[in-house]
Amino acid sequence: MHSKTSAEHLAYLRQLKRRQLIIRLSQGLLLIGIFALWELAARLGWINAFVFSQPTRVWNAAVRLARQGELWKHLGWTVGETVIGFTSGTLLGIAIAIILWWSDFVSRVLDPYIVVLESIPKVALGPIFVVWLGTNMTAVIAMAVAVSVIVTVMMMHTGFKEVDPNKIKLARTFGATKLQILTKVIIPASVPTMIAALKVSVGLSLVGTIVGEFLASKAGLGYLIIYGGQVFNMSLVMASILLLAIVSVILYYFVSKLEERVVRGRDY
Amino acid sequence: MALVELRNVGLKYHTLEGETTALENVNLRVEEEEFVSIVGQSGCGKSTLLSLISGLLKPTTGEVLIGGEPVQGPSPKVGYMLQQDYLYEWRTILDNALLGLEIRRMKTPERVQEVKQMLQDYGLGGFESYYPNQLSGGMRQRVALIRTLAVQPNVLLLDEPFSALDYQNRLAVGEEVVRILRERRKTVIMVTHDISEAISMANRVIVLTPRPGTIKSEHRIRMCDEGLTPLQTREHPEFRRYFTAIWKELNVNA
Repeated sequence: MHSKTSAEHLAYLRQLKRRQLIIRLSQGLLLIGIFALWELAARLGWINAFVFSQPTRVWNAAVRLARQGELWKHLGWTVGETVIGFTSGTLLGIAIAIILWWSDFVSRVLDPYIVVLESIPKVALGPIFVVWLGTNMTAVIAMAVAVSVIVTVMMMHTGFKEVDPNKIKLARTFGATKLQILTKVIIPASVPTMIAALKVSVGLSLVGTIVGEFLASKAGLGYLIIYGGQVFNMSLVMASILLLAIVSVILYYFVSKLEERVVRGRDY
Repeated sequence: MALVELRNVGLKYHTLEGETTALENVNLRVEEEEFVSIVGQSGCGKSTLLSLISGLLKPTTGEVLIGGEPVQGPSPKVGYMLQQDYLYEWRTILDNALLGLEIRRMKTPERVQEVKQMLQDYGLGGFESYYPNQLSGGMRQRVALIRTLAVQPNVLLLDEPFSALDYQNRLAVGEEVVRILRERRKTVIMVTHDISEAISMANRVIVLTPRPGTIKSEHRIRMCDEGLTPLQTREHPEFRRYFTAIWKELNVNA
């Protein structure tokens, strides 16, 4: 650390802080501006408020939901399904990646199948889950897992294969078994990859959950959106979408916090 | 009886392009507490030789004996130091030093205490809970040495162990490593392409021919037998003579 802070350095720091403040302010103003313009446009009749809704109506819709106690129920369903979806998707993905790492033969045999599974849009599988599992939570979670699992498998398998071969050789010089190489080298070395996969998978699981709720649910934000659309209640649709945005930001925030603790805490 | 013995050892690699003979007809005996350096150009199979002695690779022909018994796989009697420290960045210094004991399932409280003592003795006291990226290259190399010594091997295999360090550090760390290994009366086989390093540390220098690698000649180094340290050996009047002789032999094949 520098013992003395010069006036130039203080000025530099002040300027940096000022710039940061201006950016934050502009971000806030942009959001307020969009909502203000939207409200204004609806009030002045530039847009049809019945079709496009308007911020005050959206707010009222949200407040109504909250008063009825419906808000927390729907939020809870969506968050619950997403969390269960991405937790099981991640665990399943890591398990499959371990199998692929363990057996080069299996990995080579399955390679083209994984590529195909990766490239088809998983939401197309939705109706299959509904028929097989019924219109319930299980089908929604299955959808969330289906959307996120393949990416996890591919990211983790690549991560496992990219572990420095010399680190593995080192373990082998002590006579490490394959299981020891897995637990003492491969998995701890892949923790940063695991967090990266988690980040991707949180977003994808939310996609899966919403699509699942579109198709097979009586609750959740996805259900509210579809329901609102069907009864032409655009304020309900918009309110649900805004809530969804908040949910996704919060989920992403938690994963980022996890990353900070795990990755940066250990000084990579 | 020699502690390490190689009898007519040969190794062939198979790839799609064909077959490569890496080593051929290598015969070598290393006595207890001896320090043997093996020099040769890049790609002459020096590292392969160490992999064979460590049991990571099996020879195509011939056999490797340690203490009179054929090598079946990585044995606790043999410690292997690679070209870099390869400390695991997710483990603390202490946990890195304990890696070998953990893998070998030898991690008893007494051994952990020994490792802590070694860290203390070799200038790493107080760094137990640090992470590798917080240490200098020389310190990391010492951790790697302690990690190797922790499992109490009789034979140490060093594969260009100082090549990742800059020249200044290299001499200092080399001096220290040799002191530690002599103190602990270890038998050492070191592979290097640095002729000076080979001469300064070893009782014997073995010259390997380029691929297929086989032993070309052997040089007994008087200074090491007399107990001089690497730096003292480098200053000895005879150092140059050994250097020239070995350098010429390596050059003839080029």
